[in-house]
Amino acid sequence: METFFFWLTSTISVVSAASILFVARPTRALLALLLSMLCLTVLYTLLHAYFVAIVHLIVYAGAVLVLFLFVIMLQGLGATTLSITKRFNRTHLILTVLAGGVFAGLLTAIFSQAHLPIFKNPEGTVENLGRILFSNYLLPFEMISVLVLLGIFAAMTLAKNEKAAA
Amino acid sequence: MTLTPSPEHYLVLAGILFSIGLFGILLRRNILIILLCLELMFNAANLVLVTASSVHGQMDGQIVAFFVIVIAAVEVTIGLAIAVLLFKEKNTVDTEKITSLKG
Repeated sequence: METFFFWLTSTISVVSAASILFVARPTRALLALLLSMLCLTVLYTLLHAYFVAIVHLIVYAGAVLVLFLFVIMLQGLGATTLSITKRFNRTHLILTVLAGGVFAGLLTAIFSQAHLPIFKNPEGTVENLGRILFSNYLLPFEMISVLVLLGIFAAMTLAKNEKAAA
Repeated sequence: MTLTPSPEHYLVLAGILFSIGLFGILLRRNILIILLCLELMFNAANLVLVTASSVHGQMDGQIVAFFVIVIAAVEVTIGLAIAVLLFKEKNTVDTEKITSLKG
């Protein structure tokens, strides 16, 4: 069962992620990424990281991608650009080789080391995670809240400047 | 190589997703799709963190993955605000047409 779900979701996520590269409309790219993220949620659940899976589902699929969708809808058809196949030139070829080189490097790094041990699978429940989050990771947690606050200020300032300019 | 998912399978999957994201950032010229590919790379890194957490039997990787998700949410808010301003200013999302440094 686990094997079946792993291969199913990983195949779907790779195919939909690859389709981001080739579509012209950002809306379709966004929906492809959404599908990819839903598959990743299943993979997190298979790894017994339940809390991360749900946070990923709510924050990414729920909030971030809907924000993207709003922005794309605001921009309308102006957001459409040429697809990748219609503007392929030599610079793109070099960059393709570069990205392929990074991928080859990653694969070598994964397979060059000794065989990884099998999964121990800690239960990623809210209880287990919260205990560590509010003891060992309390300072980073508080700093994250300051960062989120700064993000709100930054977004508000950007929106205000735009109104002043218009 | 067996079919049962092992840590290597998850790491290779994360490597594929990361490379697709990098490929998209380097090759696509639509600023929104560049941001989407950035999210894809964040996700690949998160998958590695959760896999490592499972391999070692410790929760730390999952907590870092949680932090990454929060930071990515902040990053995308500011990135999209800048993208909207850029679109209103230049009326395009093509990074090859956005060439001037001066506003």
